[in-house]
Amino acid sequence: MKVNQSIAISENGFVFNPVTGDSFTLNNTGMQIIAMLKSGKTIEQIKEALLSEYDLDALVLERYLQDFITDLKRNYLLLEE
Amino acid sequence: MTKTMGKKMFERPTITRLTPGMPSKHGVGIAVASIQFIDGLKIDDLIEKYGSPLYIFSETVIRKNVEDLKRAFTVRYPKIQIAWSYKTNYLDAICRIFHQEGSWAEVVSGFEYEKAIRNGINGEHIIFNGPGKTEAELLKAAKDGAYIHIDHFDELFLLAKVCQVYDVTARVSIRVNMDVGIYPKWDRFGFNFENGEAWDAINRIMANPQLKLMGLHTHIGTYIMTTDAYRIAAAKLSELAASVAQKFNHYIAYIDMGGGFASRNTLRGAYLSGEDTTPSFDDYADAITSAVINSQIKPDKLPTIILETGRALIDDAGSIAGTVIANKRLTDGRRALIVDVGVNLLFTSFWYDHKINPTQTHSGLVEETVIYGPLCMNIDVIRPSLMFPPLKVGDHFVISRTGAYNNTQWLQFITTRPNVILIDTNRQTHIIRKAENIDNLVQNEEIPPHLVK
Repeated sequence: MKVNQSIAISENGFVFNPVTGDSFTLNNTGMQIIAMLKSGKTIEQIKEALLSEYDLDALVLERYLQDFITDLKRNYLLLEE
Repeated sequence: MTKTMGKKMFERPTITRLTPGMPSKHGVGIAVASIQFIDGLKIDDLIEKYGSPLYIFSETVIRKNVEDLKRAFTVRYPKIQIAWSYKTNYLDAICRIFHQEGSWAEVVSGFEYEKAIRNGINGEHIIFNGPGKTEAELLKAAKDGAYIHIDHFDELFLLAKVCQVYDVTARVSIRVNMDVGIYPKWDRFGFNFENGEAWDAINRIMANPQLKLMGLHTHIGTYIMTTDAYRIAAAKLSELAASVAQKFNHYIAYIDMGGGFASRNTLRGAYLSGEDTTPSFDDYADAITSAVINSQIKPDKLPTIILETGRALIDDAGSIAGTVIANKRLTDGRRALIVDVGVNLLFTSFWYDHKINPTQTHSGLVEETVIYGPLCMNIDVIRPSLMFPPLKVGDHFVISRTGAYNNTQWLQFITTRPNVILIDTNRQTHIIRKAENIDNLVQNEEIPPHLVK
């Protein structure tokens, strides 16, 4: 999985997809995850990073990360390799 | 959920599509604040102590509301009496706060009548409304000296018979319905003003020495957003009172304006928020008192104005706190939140777009969300659509202005009902109705012998 390289992401969470013309906003956690995906981190590495930073258990993270990834795919922001 | 030292609070990640140029039905500038405290007590702590979901009442707010209503009328008119509308909330502790503040009881059934007596109210301070009074209830009310508000001719004849058979006198009023220029016109209860029915009833009462005409009552409807309707109703009742004085040389003791003042909740489908559109107590008071004062009633014979205000006195004193059970995504992409407060506990979600706030701070981003209750029923929708922050499973929220009707019209449906607590004026908490358990609910059931084993 990799982030669609054509999309533009601003520092404050604004996302623009020039192919579809859609724009989005991310919350802080969403922004952080996208940044890590863009930098080439694997899902496992992302989980590790978040678990060490936030007060949450692995099951909760698994649940919401999966949700978020589905959202990204649905909006063509994340592409299967 | 406990917080581990040194780690940040996790908000679930969200991505929200922006649709520029499309006016959202929610308008612009959506911000959902968090409400962490009620009367200075942390909502999360209350849930931890008393469970979730949880009804929370503020004694401070109730007393303040009564004071505000009284002040709005007493600065304009000499004689005011509030009668607490039992059907709006008849939890004993709540009723007793109103009674301590000087309110009489306004009841609409034998059950509510009995509750008022148990709460220490004597019959002379009970207003007995409603279209379904039984012969036994009428007899008791007459003996107690309660104000019996007659709803229809059959009740008038029944009461006359009861008074004759048992040789008692009854203090009565008639409920009058009328056209006050609003829709729907309530003509189901009482005697009509315009077609002369009310006069017919008054003539019959005045001709019966065992019936004492004490007052005139109207209740023009519910959630009345225009004060003009009250002005017209008060003017018509005053006109009737003046005519009674002229014809019979009899001065009635009170005009009862019923209830119907709106609270600040937003009605389903309303374009503007109730916080912006609901008239104030002063607006209602001005309309009613000026109509009575400007009528033909002689200044030294002005009747007491009785108010049966329920909703506007208790709605914002009650809240329901709850917990998120699950997150879902619907097929159209919208978020759905399943919470532990269902329509069984929040009956008023059928009428209102209730204000719901998280009890924890969040990043500020919101997404379109549907909020469902926990019942396995399609009707269990708390909010069909609102902009809401991304809460996680186990997070708490609070629904505001739920004090009216939810503890009387609640449904014992699918599950039991939770604790109801009161925060007193010293910020002490008290359970005023214990959470139900299965034993409470089955105690009146009986099993026929052939089904025992």
